[in-house]
Amino acid sequence: MFNSDLLRREAIQGYLFILPWFVGFVVFTAGPLTAALGFSFTDWNGVSALEWIGFENYIQLSQDSRFWQSLKVTLVFTFFYLILNLIIGFALALVMNQPAPGMRLFRTIYYLPAVLSGVAVAVLWSFLFHREFGALNWLLGFIGIKRIGWIVSESWALPSIIIMELWRVGSTIIIFLAGLQGIPPELYEAAEVDGANRRWRLWSITIPLMSPTIFFVLIVGFINSMQVFTQAYIMTRGGPNYATFFYSINLYQTTFRELRLGYASAQAGVLFVIIFIITLCILWVSRYRVNYELV
Amino acid sequence: MATATASATSAGQGGFWSRRRKLRLQNHLLTYLVLIPGALLFLYPLLWMLSTSVKPKDQIFTYPIEWIPHTWMWSNYGEVFNQVPFWTYTVNTAIITVIGVVGTLFGSSLAAYGFARFRFPGKDALFVLMLSTMMVPIWVTLIPSFLMFRWFGWLNSYLPILVPAFFAQPFYTFLLRQFFMTVPIDLEDAARIDGANRLQIFLNIMLPLSRPALATVAIFAFFFYWNEFLLPLIYIQDQTKFPISVGISAFVSEYRSDFALMMAASAMALAPPMIVFFLAQRYFIQGFVLSGVKG
Repeated sequence: MFNSDLLRREAIQGYLFILPWFVGFVVFTAGPLTAALGFSFTDWNGVSALEWIGFENYIQLSQDSRFWQSLKVTLVFTFFYLILNLIIGFALALVMNQPAPGMRLFRTIYYLPAVLSGVAVAVLWSFLFHREFGALNWLLGFIGIKRIGWIVSESWALPSIIIMELWRVGSTIIIFLAGLQGIPPELYEAAEVDGANRRWRLWSITIPLMSPTIFFVLIVGFINSMQVFTQAYIMTRGGPNYATFFYSINLYQTTFRELRLGYASAQAGVLFVIIFIITLCILWVSRYRVNYELV
Repeated sequence: MATATASATSAGQGGFWSRRRKLRLQNHLLTYLVLIPGALLFLYPLLWMLSTSVKPKDQIFTYPIEWIPHTWMWSNYGEVFNQVPFWTYTVNTAIITVIGVVGTLFGSSLAAYGFARFRFPGKDALFVLMLSTMMVPIWVTLIPSFLMFRWFGWLNSYLPILVPAFFAQPFYTFLLRQFFMTVPIDLEDAARIDGANRLQIFLNIMLPLSRPALATVAIFAFFFYWNEFLLPLIYIQDQTKFPISVGISAFVSEYRSDFALMMAASAMALAPPMIVFFLAQRYFIQGFVLSGVKG
């Protein structure tokens, strides 16, 4: 009797502690999510009477070339950004994980850009990318590369944004460094005694043991890069000729320029479903590929 | 790509030792060969920003680039204040950031304590539910939230940005819970025997013991709110209420070609995050270790 009373008290107190989160979840996430789903079946500009149109928005979406372009741009960006971020971040973390003098300084320098983000960074890079007077073309001139149009060129605009984002690879480096430092050195010593060479140690110790970290970086990076907005909004406004027309730029325009709230809700819903499915796929793969033991 | 080759330094014999040492020197040399040019590349955009920000107008559009200004135009910085109410922007950003950080710490630490230290039915399911809300893109909840805040009469105020901060952010809650679970429970038990209630224990024992973790969350939240762009872009109409991000964005569309002023404004926007970064560096690595990337 006494025991169950105590348990009940503990449960009530526990609920009270998580209450702020739960209220926020209902009011700011679950509620709006449900409402958005409802809106996606309507035609509405936020002021006039709301008109129920069933699946009309979704049908229209499937024939909307702007929508497909925005999806393509976002997926291409996400794919290349994630792969490059992972490879560069991992390689630099391996290099920095060595006990050479001065590593603290290097960590600081490489991490610094990662704390800078948003509008000011986008402004800085738009000038860096300037075709005639930008510092990037100037630097590339020394190795004989002719001037590139960067953000004003249809073929270079998206790679430009990827490059700018890779400047902020520092957070990935730091996450990997934290992971690498958690690998027990005995494992490497044992492998060395067994005569394992470097490449073997990398593939059979480091990478398997780092797989939870790798998947963590992948998932967080994926969810964020599917929603990229600020960079494109400031630097290119989706151009030139829709080359950087990210999903979120399309959403912003549909919502706040065209005031087609129902149609925008359908778009947003599709984005959620895409993020949800791909994240679950990554999680599913990670269950079979990740080595959680020893870590 | 040498991993921890040099982890065992306690080797005994002379010949073996000197061979190791040679190998290690070679390794270091290679490491620096990668890291030093890389570090310069990472600093390059920032140096470019600083250099441009103090150049006179006629020197900005010169090619090849002249990195050292012939006259140091520190007045460019003052000019930014003449063109836009930059000081007001800064104060606004500071208000948003401070309240945002306080709110984040409040809600997230409460929920984290609830999840870390109490047993109650449905705890695991609720925790998974909380984590899965990280997959919900901001775009999905944006339109209903906007309409809700409009109905509250909160448009053109910071409330839509700041009120949700107090209701626990999933990622930070997760981070803090991970930390709380590493704190030995004995101290809390002792306090309970002395008759303290759970809220008192949370405030007087758990929070003081968790200062490093709270600092980590505070810093992450600082960067988040300092750089926040989309929400103020949507919710704030008055120029006098703009944070720096929206202010610069408006500034850029007006003075597209005045690169010196834009770089000066960017430099001033980026200075506070950089200062916080240098002061609080050690908490970053800690944060990533905490985030449980080790499985």
